Amino acid sequence: MTATTNRPTTTPTRVGTVDGAATTIRPKKPILAATGGPAHRPSAAAHLTDADVERLGRELDALRDRIISTRGAKDAAYIRRVIRIQRTLEVVGRATLLLSKKKSAFVAGTAMLSVAKILENMEIGHNVLHGQWDWMRDPDIHSTTWEWDFVTPAAAWKHTHNDLHHTWTNVLGKDKDVGYSTLRMAEDQPWRPFNILNPAINLILAPFFEWGIAIYDLELEAVKDGEKSKDDLKRDLKAVGRKVVRQFTKDYAATPLAAMPFGSGKQALIGTFTANAIRNVWAHSVIFCGHFPDGVDTFTEEEIEGETRGDWYIRQMLGSANISGSKLMHIMTGNLSHQIEHHCFPDLPSNRYAEVAVEMREICQRYGLPYTTGPMPKQVYQAWAKVFRLALPNRPRPLPKNAAHAVNAPVPPRRSALPMVASVG
Amino acid sequence: MVQIRALRRVASILTTPRTPEDFLGLVNPLVSSRQLRGVVTKVVRETPDSTTIHFRPGRGWNQHAAGQWARIGVEIDGVRQWRSYSLSAAVGHDPAVTVTAIGFVSTALARDTKVGDVLFLDTPQGDFVLPEHPRPLLMLTAGSGLTPVMSMIRTLVPRRPDADVVLIHSARTRGDALFHDELLELADQFPGLQVRHWFTREEGGRRLDLSGVADLETLCPDWRERAAYACGPTDFLDAATELWQREGADGAVGDAPALTIERFAPVLLDGVGGEGGLVTFEKSDKEVEVGGDVPLLDAGEDCGVVMPSGCRMGICRSCLTPLVAGKVRDLRTGEVHGDEGELIQTCVNAAAGPVHLDI
Ligand SMILES: Cc1cc2nc3c(=O)[nH]c(=O)nc-3n(C[C@H](O)[C@H](O)[C@H](O)COP(=O)(O)OP(=O)(O)OC[C@H]3O[C@@H](n4cnc5c(N)ncnc54)[C@H](O)[C@@H]3O)c2cc1C
Ligand code: FES
Repeated sequence: MTATTNRPTTTPTRVGTVDGAATTIRPKKPILAATGGPAHRPSAAAHLTDADVERLGRELDALRDRIISTRGAKDAAYIRRVIRIQRTLEVVGRATLLLSKKKSAFVAGTAMLSVAKILENMEIGHNVLHGQWDWMRDPDIHSTTWEWDFVTPAAAWKHTHNDLHHTWTNVLGKDKDVGYSTLRMAEDQPWRPFNILNPAINLILAPFFEWGIAIYDLELEAVKDGEKSKDDLKRDLKAVGRKVVRQFTKDYAATPLAAMPFGSGKQALIGTFTANAIRNVWAHSVIFCGHFPDGVDTFTEEEIEGETRGDWYIRQMLGSANISGSKLMHIMTGNLSHQIEHHCFPDLPSNRYAEVAVEMREICQRYGLPYTTGPMPKQVYQAWAKVFRLALPNRPRPLPKNAAHAVNAPVPPRRSALPMVASVG
Repeated sequence: MVQIRALRRVASILTTPRTPEDFLGLVNPLVSSRQLRGVVTKVVRETPDSTTIHFRPGRGWNQHAAGQWARIGVEIDGVRQWRSYSLSAAVGHDPAVTVTAIGFVSTALARDTKVGDVLFLDTPQGDFVLPEHPRPLLMLTAGSGLTPVMSMIRTLVPRRPDADVVLIHSARTRGDALFHDELLELADQFPGLQVRHWFTREEGGRRLDLSGVADLETLCPDWRERAAYACGPTDFLDAATELWQREGADGAVGDAPALTIERFAPVLLDGVGGEGGLVTFEKSDKEVEVGGDVPLLDAGEDCGVVMPSGCRMGICRSCLTPLVAGKVRDLRTGEVHGDEGELIQTCVNAAAGPVHLDI
């Protein structure tokens, strides 16, 4: 139960003001070594020496500390403003749907509710649940108390997402998820005839994304493997069940019911359903852009054996992709458009990623590391292209003419991303 | 009331996973039932270092008894900070606290609070309160220790013709003395109150001496007949306690103990801090390596854990947190203790080796 969010930190933090003077907390015990290195590094980082990687680790630690030491009232005001805007949109949007018999009210209400739901899940929910705002010590904006407008309960998601996905980012066989059995997203995954359905499954997954995540968070695979007990599954199922009932009642019973006196019951139902679907498709797209576009790496377990803090950072950089765009775009993606920065520093306040990105890009350049980014349409296209490509067996690489006998030799895996279908961010 | 609750239930179907209050909070910040808040209605500069902050509390506040204190939360640099302050207003009036700037939070409160600001609150508590039955009283205060006593005086003196209160208040100078003019006016107006100020500067730097009875005998000859209340700095209270014990006046006068004291700061043993260790906050999924002299409460708050707390000095037990594993050191006594499941007062206990807390 370590704070994975703090994983690579070893810098002392200051605590308390006892007797006027701040007492220095000794450095957090590094879970990862500061020096040394794995037997071999991912190819994109193979040119770096142990000393390079160590220096890079220190630079990124310093960057993190700099942001932490300047967190303050402005950041607190930011998240409160976003929450205020989101709640206003939610109330006004839902209220407008009560009159959705009129087409303009239907369109406006659905649009506002969609935006509210997107903000709620992405810029607010995802980031609060990461503990990005815990430092404010506001019990109303805290990772231990937050519940979101998403069918999967916050507690279940925090475990699979914060503990598993963020720790084992793109490590084959470790960063497990529902996509593994249903979607084929990596060349290294063996092809089965069933994978021909890849695009169809993904197409259905997109508008029902929250349900995909809810199922993923139940960790059915872990139950099958005996890593998770049946009792735990029962408990989780109950929690999801309760959440589903509440979410369903709100959007598909109470809202339409309230709209009925205005003759707008049916339209309101369509409105809430559409808003959920729009939010789901949007979240699905953003998540796919985070780890599946071209240029994103996956890793083997040998590659992380002996991983240092610097290597951990490098893995986060190589295994993530950003989305470029306007400020509004960044907010609507919950700043997961700064996926690289988010993966290196999952618990920094999201509004600060933009400034981290400037330095991160410079650091990548200096160390000769790729920094994958692109506009949303391009990244979405590449992710979908992968879904289609991997529906078919890997195309064998052209073989030298005189090597015909080697046709059946195992195809060396091409690097590509793992399916992180069900891990928002 | 029942209707409101029913309405709330219905509304929450539409607001889940938020509460209706979360949305009402958009218009009225005081409405939250989960977090008690107060809006500042008046700010009065009392002395160069002290400020009285009047506030209108939201739903969930209980009227205080004269002498009680409340936890006040304020945001400084975006971070919620909590400290305890005695309520200085008379019972029945809108509550107020009088804050003397001596450190981080008090300075921010005393200097930066403006009308309209929102403070976070906890309900009043404490048993430094007036005796149930009327009796002659002696109030012995120094510095900001006057605040709880001021609430007692404001509550008692104007309302009870039979009140008989002597206040001995020590301050550095006339200008530093809290509520100076108001006290003299009250004493003028009501025969039940006698005020004796002791200004250390004017006494040639001589502090009110409680190591012997001489000063007391001069200022209040019948002090032995009075139920006494004392509030002030640690050494002041220590001297008073010792004096009352020595003079045998520490028996009960009627149903009230002869001397009741209120401390603003914990009495920590010097140099009890030991090794410290890695503290894990299980539910919050946070861990931090701390020194052996840092209260677990501060350690938790510093890494963003929402820790329960109250007085922050080992008296109210609001901070009790279950220990999962490890040993802790009581900073008041130096004692190392810790059984699994034991409830730890985090404000006065530090890590003695690795500690796991259930929060
Ligand atoms: C029951 C109770 C009632 C209180 N009522 C009042 C009140 O009515 N008015 C008021 O101003 N304060 C009151 N206090 C004290 C208050 O809670 C804070 O401790 C005080 O304001 C200092 O906080 P800070 O953050 O400013 O100081 P910090 O930055 O936390 O500490 C600064 C330094 O001041 C020392 N210190 C703390 N308290 C005192 C003190 N009382 N006297 C001298 N040194 C101290 C600390 O040990 C530390 O060395 C009360 C405390 C308690 C427990
Ligand atoms: S906060 Fe009051 S006893 Fe710890």
